[in-house]
Order: sequence, then C-alpha cells, then structure tokens
Amino acid sequence: MNEVALPKGLVIGHGGMAQGLVDAVRTIAGSNADALAALSNEGMSPDDLRHAIDGAAVGGPAVVFVDLQAGSCCMAALASCRACGDRVVVTGVNLPMLLDFVFHRDEPFETLVERLVEQGRGAIRPVRVERGQR
Amino acid sequence: MPIVLFRVDERLIHGQVVIGWGHALRPDRYLVVDDELAQSGWEQELYRLGAGEAEVVFRSVRDARASLGDWGALPARTVVLTRDVSSMRRLADGGEMSGRVVNFGGLHAGPGRERVLTYLHLSPADVEDMRALSGAGVKLQARDLPDAPGVDLTEEVLRSP
Repeated sequence: MNEVALPKGLVIGHGGMAQGLVDAVRTIAGSNADALAALSNEGMSPDDLRHAIDGAAVGGPAVVFVDLQAGSCCMAALASCRACGDRVVVTGVNLPMLLDFVFHRDEPFETLVERLVEQGRGAIRPVRVERGQR
Repeated sequence: MPIVLFRVDERLIHGQVVIGWGHALRPDRYLVVDDELAQSGWEQELYRLGAGEAEVVFRSVRDARASLGDWGALPARTVVLTRDVSSMRRLADGGEMSGRVVNFGGLHAGPGRERVLTYLHLSPADVEDMRALSGAGVKLQARDLPDAPGVDLTEEVLRSP
C-alpha cells in the first residue's frame, strides 16, 4: 500500500510575521507545528525568495500561506507554485487557519485547502458582549 | 502631472507600492517598463493579481519611451515602474524625463552590489546608470514609503568614484 505524503505548510510573510505565527502555533499545538516552516521576505530579492520557496516546498504537496495578496511574498509564491498541481497558495494567513492545517493534514488535499480558507474566514467576526453580561 | 511616480523597485508591484504609495497617490494605472516582462504573459498575470483595481500595462523600454509623452498627457494617474536601474536609464534617454524625480525604492543585496541604505544596494553598473540619469536632468531620490524621509542620491552618486 502506498503511503500518501502529508502536505507541508510554508508560511511566508513580511518582517517577522511568519515566524511569529509559527511560534504561536507551537505554543498552542506543540510539535504539530513541525509541519510548518516560516520564511520572511526581509532583505530578500524576488528571485532569492522564490528560490527559498522552491527549496522549502520541494518533495511533496504543500500549502503556501502568505500574508497579503498584493505583496512580494505572494508574488514569489505564485511564481514558485506555477504549474505545480500539488502546491496551493492561500492568501490572508491567520492563526486559526494554521491551527486547522496542522490538525487536518491527512484530509484529501483539495478538501483541506477549501477547509482552511473556510476556517480562516470564519474566524474573523465581530464579537460583542451584551451590556451587563459577565 | 498624470505620471505621479517613477520608481525603481525590483519587486515592481507589491505591498509598499500598491498599499503604501497607492494609498498616497491613488494611481489608476501601473506602467511596468521591462523588456522581458513585456513578452511574458504568465508573469503579467501574476503582477495583475496584486494590483487591485488599477490597470496594469506592460511595455518594453523602447515602446514606453516612444509613448511616454502620450502617457503623461492622459488624465489617468500613472505610476511608472522598472525593476532595474538600466531600464529606467534607457527610458530617460529620449529626454522626456528631464526635471522629474526617480524614486529608488528597493534593490536588494546581491553579488557585486554595495549597500547604500537598508533597502538599496547598488552595483558599479547601477551607479553608472544613475550618473547617466542625472546627466539627463533626472533627480535621484531614495524613499521606500511616502512618509519616509527622502534621501537625495544625486550628490552621492556623482561623488562616488
């Protein structure tokens, strides 16, 4: 029976954001965070960043989480993942999305990606506490 | 005034440009001047994904230089971007850019490049191209974001050996 490789998660962001998110996942989910790697665009040329993504994502399916669709991280990720059927770029990364990823990597890849987007969106909401409520 | 910014930034369309400068300048259009990208449909699509609602147009240096005056006369607010100094220098060859400021917003560390600012690293060839730009009447200024202090590069470039 062939084993299906679980997808890696690659988090790419501006400044220290990616490492901060991965650290937060580790704080909450422990060694499950090993499924994630962080990359920053700090001081990186577009080509350098793209090559770093190529190197980190090679060898199996990967979800590449980026912070901003208009950003250089996203551009490099899209260029790296072009024509790679088993790599998907997801923009607007947040902590709930990453936590969901590390606990559900065994789901079918396309289902997983849809699920992550849904979880990430669903976690953004206004929360109001009624006056007088404790 | 329709060309609201000339910028050299190897990332071209990205967060600082679309959000930082875009918020301040409200461009209707990004004109990317680059011989290679002008021929690459898939890369053009990537850059368009990041530009929001603004139009993104790709031109070779030669085509852009020929129509720079026309672009400037249109009411649409245009940001002109190149990813290297050489393309901007060749764009200025016709004299259309005399009196304008070229913004240097991002050239990262690489072989043969020396650091000038955290976001600006220049090779000897870059410096030569900047001298040529200055000779064409173009002012050279480093500024990564609109609210950052601008650094006049003209004197520095002319002074360096």
